[in-house]
Amino acid sequence: MSEIVVDRMKKVPVREQDPQARAKNFEEVCYGYNEEEAVAEATRCLNCKHKPCVGMCPVSIDIPAFIQQVANKDFAEAARVIAKYSALPAVCGRVCPQEVQCESKCILGIKGEPVSIGKLERFVADWARENKVDLSHTEPKNGKKVAVIGSGPAGVTCAGDLAKMGYDVTIFEALHEPGGVLLYGIPEFRLPKEGVVKPELENLLKLGVKIETNVIAGRTITIDALMEEEGFEAVFIGSGAGLPKFMGIPGENLNGVFSANEFLTRNNLMKAFRDDYDTPIKPGTKVAVVGGGNVAMDAARTALRLGAQVYIVYRRSEAELPARVEEVHHAKEEGIIFELLTNPTEIVGDENGWVKGMKCVRMELGEPDESGRRRPQVVEGSEFILDVDTVIMSLGTSPNPLISDTTKGLDVNKYKCIVADEETGKTSREGIFAGGDAVTGAATVILAMGAGKQAAVAIDEYIKSK
Amino acid sequence: MFKIVEKKVLAPSIFLMKIDAPRVAKSAKPGQFVIIRMDEKGERVPLTICDYDKEAGTVTIVVQSMGCSTRRMAEFNEGDYFTDFVGPLGRESEFVHESIDGLKNKKILFVAGGVGTAPVYPQVKWLHENGIDTDVIIGAKNKEMMIMEEELKSVSKNLYPATDDGSYGFKGLVTEVIKDLVVNQGKKYDEVIAIGPMIMMKFVCKVTEELQIPTIVSLNPIMVDGTGMCGACRVTVNGETRFACVDGPEFDGHKVDFDEAMKRQTLYKAEECKKTEAYEKNCKIGGAN
Ligand SMILES: Cc1cc2nc3c(=O)[nH]c(=O)nc-3n(C[C@H](O)[C@H](O)[C@H](O)COP(=O)(O)OP(=O)(O)OC[C@H]3O[C@@H](n4cnc5c(N)ncnc54)[C@H](O)[C@@H]3O)c2cc1C
Ligand SMILES: Cc1cc2nc3c(=O)[nH]c(=O)nc-3n(C[C@H](O)[C@H](O)[C@H](O)COP(=O)(O)OP(=O)(O)OC[C@H]3O[C@@H](n4cnc5c(N)ncnc54)[C@H](O)[C@@H]3O)c2cc1C
Ligand code: SF4
Ligand code: SF4
Ligand code: FES
Repeated sequence: MSEIVVDRMKKVPVREQDPQARAKNFEEVCYGYNEEEAVAEATRCLNCKHKPCVGMCPVSIDIPAFIQQVANKDFAEAARVIAKYSALPAVCGRVCPQEVQCESKCILGIKGEPVSIGKLERFVADWARENKVDLSHTEPKNGKKVAVIGSGPAGVTCAGDLAKMGYDVTIFEALHEPGGVLLYGIPEFRLPKEGVVKPELENLLKLGVKIETNVIAGRTITIDALMEEEGFEAVFIGSGAGLPKFMGIPGENLNGVFSANEFLTRNNLMKAFRDDYDTPIKPGTKVAVVGGGNVAMDAARTALRLGAQVYIVYRRSEAELPARVEEVHHAKEEGIIFELLTNPTEIVGDENGWVKGMKCVRMELGEPDESGRRRPQVVEGSEFILDVDTVIMSLGTSPNPLISDTTKGLDVNKYKCIVADEETGKTSREGIFAGGDAVTGAATVILAMGAGKQAAVAIDEYIKSK
Repeated sequence: MFKIVEKKVLAPSIFLMKIDAPRVAKSAKPGQFVIIRMDEKGERVPLTICDYDKEAGTVTIVVQSMGCSTRRMAEFNEGDYFTDFVGPLGRESEFVHESIDGLKNKKILFVAGGVGTAPVYPQVKWLHENGIDTDVIIGAKNKEMMIMEEELKSVSKNLYPATDDGSYGFKGLVTEVIKDLVVNQGKKYDEVIAIGPMIMMKFVCKVTEELQIPTIVSLNPIMVDGTGMCGACRVTVNGETRFACVDGPEFDGHKVDFDEAMKRQTLYKAEECKKTEAYEKNCKIGGAN
């Protein structure tokens, strides 16, 4: 094999599945680094003393420390370094918006490209899993019980950290499988479930965490009952932001209009893309996905893989697309058509109640609004009908009020987000902590993990001081 | 895993199962439902809670075999396990929150159709246990398809069976029984609670609107998660979009857009039929387990 020549200013390129081929399958798009590539990329890191990259990682992974181990080819030790800080490195290495997190402050990024921190993290995590490195170190059990609601990144991180400190932790999850958005939202081709998500969750079980699925806080049980009747000394709420928004335009309840959550859940959690599973899905032949975030890209690329021709319809311009640049790039490569500066005004149906088109107007950018982004305005007389038979609404989500409605004294704001202290996750109720999307509204995996981590520290302090 | 502790066939294609699910039994209230996933490959099937026993920790469901999933479910037997059983979902019936004295002065008429008879039972039973009398109409295709008559008789004041073909009780539709009771017999009702096929609830609401009797219906749209996460269960009530799984399943029947709801129920008809056909072909091979 030829030596990899490292250009200090450029990332070692990562191999990906060919766009034409991958547009027809659900296999992972990015192959990740092999050992040789990882070592080569690791040698680019300057091992900076003041570690600017670490300050931008919400779980404070000692980035140069693990990268030095990769450069030394001690991958097991690299995995041990990461495991001190993160329970989900194989996940974060794949889906973290590194460009705005750790990699945004990498010194090399000033003159050239930053170190590929995410891809290196992914490599280490994958290597550790394949080589069965045992990372389950825990303190002796202290016999104190903590309940965690929700098994997304926030809940899993909080549970893992508390278990390592010796707590007896039980996670209660509403769905039939744990993982939160990692399982039901983010598709297989970005985040393999059997290969990547499940093994990271199994590591949690090795730490002694118990997971009870099919339990809905606010319905099956209440938080108060957990504390009063089942002996939990503290509760962490990491229930996410699962409630989908719709636009409120005419025709939204026609057959063929779905929320991105429904479309993705049918495909990911219920495996509708496989004939041997019972749950049906209707991908349609021409699909409009309304929205421009990561969720919109995932829905669009899923519909594409199910055989549809797909449009992304977004009311601002490319520069404002909230999705990660990498995902937009991948979507374009695969053949998704971008209808930018375009806004739906009505979904048109046939006599039997099925979608037969979507009325849209073109937009132009005017003055900046409160968010600092230029406000889109309708171009007069630009109305047209986009020829589609399916519409997937991907306009964001908000926290589900099931828990706040059934827990007295738990304060929420006007968006139904649980009010919690930014540093500790403390809520208005003693002994109840919260973090992740349930507090911030839809955000990212790593921010949810950061919140779970901080709450674990605060819960430990709270219980010890009782 | 959730054990099936009892199974009974109530009518051709309608069966009852009692399932060991202590957490659900403990929290269940009239009007709520559960979701069952039979096994790894199963879909999430919503079913109304028909009875619950907090002491024994069991929940009873009554199912009518329709497509692939409910037929597959019919093959499960006593002693078998369902992989997933979650609930109670949805809001409890409104009357659970009303004062008992207020309810005692209220004349409630239940209208049950087909397999919808089963979900009526826990409501009538709850009211009976709280000392409140109710009248119940049960509608079925024919005598053979009439279910839970004895159980309902023991907890209601007056029971009016009706069959489409006249093989038992009143000959005709439940809507005709309502008219007969109110118009011909001069009975007064303050509220109607109707549970059954969508088409039946639509026509019951037409009649009760004319008779000016407030009416509650229990909607059964297509669902996935049942927790407010997917929006598959959207229904239009009073011109607004509501999620039946968290805002319902019970709504003011006079405000429900039934035509839209019925269209939405057919969304996956083509796909479901394909799966049902495939299921029939390799009958039992791909069945339980
Ligand atoms: C399609 C999609 C793509 C995304 N892509 C990215 C990406 O590329 N990068 C990135 O960083 N972020 C991405 N995100 C966002 C990211 O996934 C979320 O910000 C993150 O998962 C939030 O974590 P969480 O733990 O707060 O909540 P969640 O992951 O939402 O988990 C919450 C869990 O709680 C459970 N729950 C809810 N209510 C209850 C209850 N009452 N009782 C019991 N359990 C309950 C839910 O079922 C769920 O399992 C994406 C999101 C979506 C939907
Ligand atoms: C809140 C709620 C409570 C319910 N309670 C009960 C109950 O107590 N007992 C019971 O037997 N069923 C109940 N149902 C309906 C039950 O969930 C469906 O019959 C079942 O999902 C059908 O699955 P299948 O695969 O067997 O049939 P499918 O193959 O999905 O459907 C077969 C046929 O039934 C139609 N259909 C599909 N879903 C429904 C539906 N929700 N309502 C009416 N027709 C439908 C389809 O259009 C098709 O023609 C309830 C549904 C909801 C949402
Ligand atoms: S977890 Fe995310 S932010 Fe932290 S180092 Fe890894 S990729 Fe960067
Ligand atoms: S800033 Fe960049 S070069 Fe410096 S230690 Fe971090 S990753 Fe290495
Ligand atoms: S079933 Fe998913 S939101 Fe109601």
